[in-house]
Amino acid sequence: MIGFGDLELLTLQQYWWIIVSLIGGLFVFIMFVQGGQTLINKLSKSETEKTMLVNAIGRKWELGFTTLVLFGGALFAAFPLFYATSFGGAYWVWLAILFCFIIQAVSYEYRTKPDNFLGQKTYEAFLYINGSLGVFLLGAAISTFFSGSEFVLDSNNFSHWQNPLRGLEALLNPFNYLLGLALVFLTRISGAMYFINIIDHEAIRERAVQSIKVDMIFFLVFFLGFLGWIFTKEGFAVDASGVVFMQKYKYLINFLEMPILLVLFVLGVLMVIVAVFNTVTFKKTCCIKTGGAGIVLTVTALLTSVGFNDTAYYPSTYDLQSSLTIMNSSGSHYTLMAMSYASLMVPFVLGYIALAWYSMDRVKITKEEIEAPDAHNY
Amino acid sequence: MEDSLVDWSRAQFALTAMYHWLFVPLTLGLGFIVAIMETMYVKTGSEFWKKTTKFWMTLFAINFAIGVATGIIMEFEFGTNWANYSWFVGDIFGAPLAVEGILAFFMESTFFAVMFFGWDKVGKKFHLVSTWLVAIGSNLSALWILVANGWMQYPVGMYFNPDTVRNEMMSFWDVLFSPVAISKFLHTIGSGYITASLFVVGISAWYLLKRREIEFAKKSMLIGATFGLITSLFVALSGDESAHQMAHKQPVKLAAMEGLYEGREGAGLVALGILNPNKKIGDAQEEFLFDIEIPYILSILGYHELNAFVPGLEDLVYGNEKYGIMGAQEKIEKGKIALAALEGYKEAKKAGNAEEAAAAQATLEAHMPYFGYGYLKAPEEIVPPIATTFYAFHIMVWLGGWFIVLFALVLFFLTKRDIQNYPLLLKAALWSIPLGYVASEAGWVVAEVGRQPWAIQDLMPVGVAATHIASTNVMISFFLFAILFTTLLIAEIKIMTKQIKIGPNGGH
Repeated sequence: MIGFGDLELLTLQQYWWIIVSLIGGLFVFIMFVQGGQTLINKLSKSETEKTMLVNAIGRKWELGFTTLVLFGGALFAAFPLFYATSFGGAYWVWLAILFCFIIQAVSYEYRTKPDNFLGQKTYEAFLYINGSLGVFLLGAAISTFFSGSEFVLDSNNFSHWQNPLRGLEALLNPFNYLLGLALVFLTRISGAMYFINIIDHEAIRERAVQSIKVDMIFFLVFFLGFLGWIFTKEGFAVDASGVVFMQKYKYLINFLEMPILLVLFVLGVLMVIVAVFNTVTFKKTCCIKTGGAGIVLTVTALLTSVGFNDTAYYPSTYDLQSSLTIMNSSGSHYTLMAMSYASLMVPFVLGYIALAWYSMDRVKITKEEIEAPDAHNY
Repeated sequence: MEDSLVDWSRAQFALTAMYHWLFVPLTLGLGFIVAIMETMYVKTGSEFWKKTTKFWMTLFAINFAIGVATGIIMEFEFGTNWANYSWFVGDIFGAPLAVEGILAFFMESTFFAVMFFGWDKVGKKFHLVSTWLVAIGSNLSALWILVANGWMQYPVGMYFNPDTVRNEMMSFWDVLFSPVAISKFLHTIGSGYITASLFVVGISAWYLLKRREIEFAKKSMLIGATFGLITSLFVALSGDESAHQMAHKQPVKLAAMEGLYEGREGAGLVALGILNPNKKIGDAQEEFLFDIEIPYILSILGYHELNAFVPGLEDLVYGNEKYGIMGAQEKIEKGKIALAALEGYKEAKKAGNAEEAAAAQATLEAHMPYFGYGYLKAPEEIVPPIATTFYAFHIMVWLGGWFIVLFALVLFFLTKRDIQNYPLLLKAALWSIPLGYVASEAGWVVAEVGRQPWAIQDLMPVGVAATHIASTNVMISFFLFAILFTTLLIAEIKIMTKQIKIGPNGGH
């Protein structure tokens, strides 16, 4: 029998990059919770309606939180040099993102509890900040995979960040706003689709459809802008001896040279478009499934492409040769192998998540449930 | 690296970790207590148990939310503030964190949702299983993070790779089943069970003092005190095992915990003492202004032998030939040889000189156990803050003893007498809730302050482990965390207190 230990280091590195990309894809999908958080006021006209919305995403927020934590953990274990360089280097961007998530974690539970110190409005503001600023900053941070950062590695592989803004300099590059804003509007679309699916309430559904129409336009503008930017810019390529150099149209070439990723990417985008079309035109309520799968495919393909095909996925514009590739930043063969065995648990985990999700969502959220005397409401 | 940076980085880590640890113990223990209560409900079908379960579950959720909020930073802080550490040992340290995510966090979060929103959506049994899985999941996540922490205290199962300039894992099982990791895990989750038991017993006592919810309070108290008595006895035993591990793996920490400057055979355990604040390592002053010592106990705890020699701080700093203890100065010299060999290796590699590289590597490997000492300047640097370690340890032990007595008394008066007639005991139970937190935090202070200056025992001092960043940044983020977490803590306590006042019959 062949085990993970028999695989070559490069294969394991690729396997783990795909897993990290997949976790990234799942995370962007589950961020419909964040998108939903920005719609709470817009889609509700009464306290009961608002509570319905908050409860709908309130039973899912922890999955997203956990996925973010897993994203961090998987990067730490599989690509520790990225973990050290990026989190330590782009200090303020990551801390800002974390602050946006810290305030989310208490808000559902504390929002309507008596004597909650900060007041309901504050907790709702926390949810809004998490859903807008948090998502935007994540997008901007991921965008530096394409625009590059300023760091240098010393002979101990300790990293030295060169910009005193410690990551906030990413916001000085207008191109980084494209992915950030695209993500904000994408998660608002998926949030609205989730509401339409889970809440059995006509008025909310109608308002959600309206919001999707507007958000889709903004999403397309920023997303196409982002694609236009990365497909035309110079990318960070690596030659056979590990030397990093700038290559014209690198990110477009990646997709052309890896047609399977191109197919998955295009398929994913089409699924999102079809989901939006069906929701808006035919008033279908099930489109979060198609749209969600589309988001996972698109993001996974995009992230995979930036680590494969001799690309430096976390480039340094300050010192090109310090750029991180999946080859020079990964864990050892042994660790990747051990982790690969652990990864075999993932289908099992996804299985029970799906089971719990299905059991819970079989019964749609209604006004009656929210108004029941012994309901556990957020 | 500048001192203020290291200090702020430590301060921030201590702040965030101690805040996080205010909430984790209750989650670890209350999860099981709630699961036991729900099991009673499913077995008896009695509405009383359902109501009881739901009440404690509400408190569980309030606590859980802030535990999650303060927890996420812990995972990322290794990267943000200890970037060099993250590279140097990330190959070993990252794996338990990732496995924790895959195996534990998802279990917790998935079934948490079922536990709270599933009462009328899934069957009784499925719901009960979910509640148990939340408890098991949170304890599993404790396992993985404590394995990671245990590894920092006693690094095993790895080798140093000079090409990547980091430690790489050789055996996942050695890391997982390291004796330090296992005893740390048991001792720590046990302390969480005690905290939760104190919480349940104390709140129940408050109801009895107020003559409210009598049946509810007595039955909750019975479950809490039983769980508490069993687990506090168990924690005492696992504490003994921890001391034994420490004597062999971290003798400096053990000596600091006991304020033991000069080693001796048949060393006693200081039951109570006030350290001489002017005492310096190596001077002739008395160690204690006042102390009560129980003879031989430290030798027995540490080495399971009546007359075993327990090295003191001075033996460990300056060496003791008679007992074959190497002094820190000698270790520093060996450490410097290791660091120089590493540089030599890198240069030889660059120059393509295989022979020189191999020689340098051999020197490096021979001196690797002392690698971290090479970064130290003076042998006294290996000594942690003695007073903090000493007092934290003794507070923890005394409180641990008190909890055993308290649980036993509560159980006795609850079952053999009418406990309502003993308001003093009820008040003691109520006021022991904060003491549980004090004991638990003190335990972490012993573990983490007591191992200074090491981020990884003998391999990397904290000064080398920190991220290269201007200390102002960390100072600002320290205050941001302090303000945010304090605000959230106030909110949590207010909400919790209100819910307790409302009680099991007043709301949900």
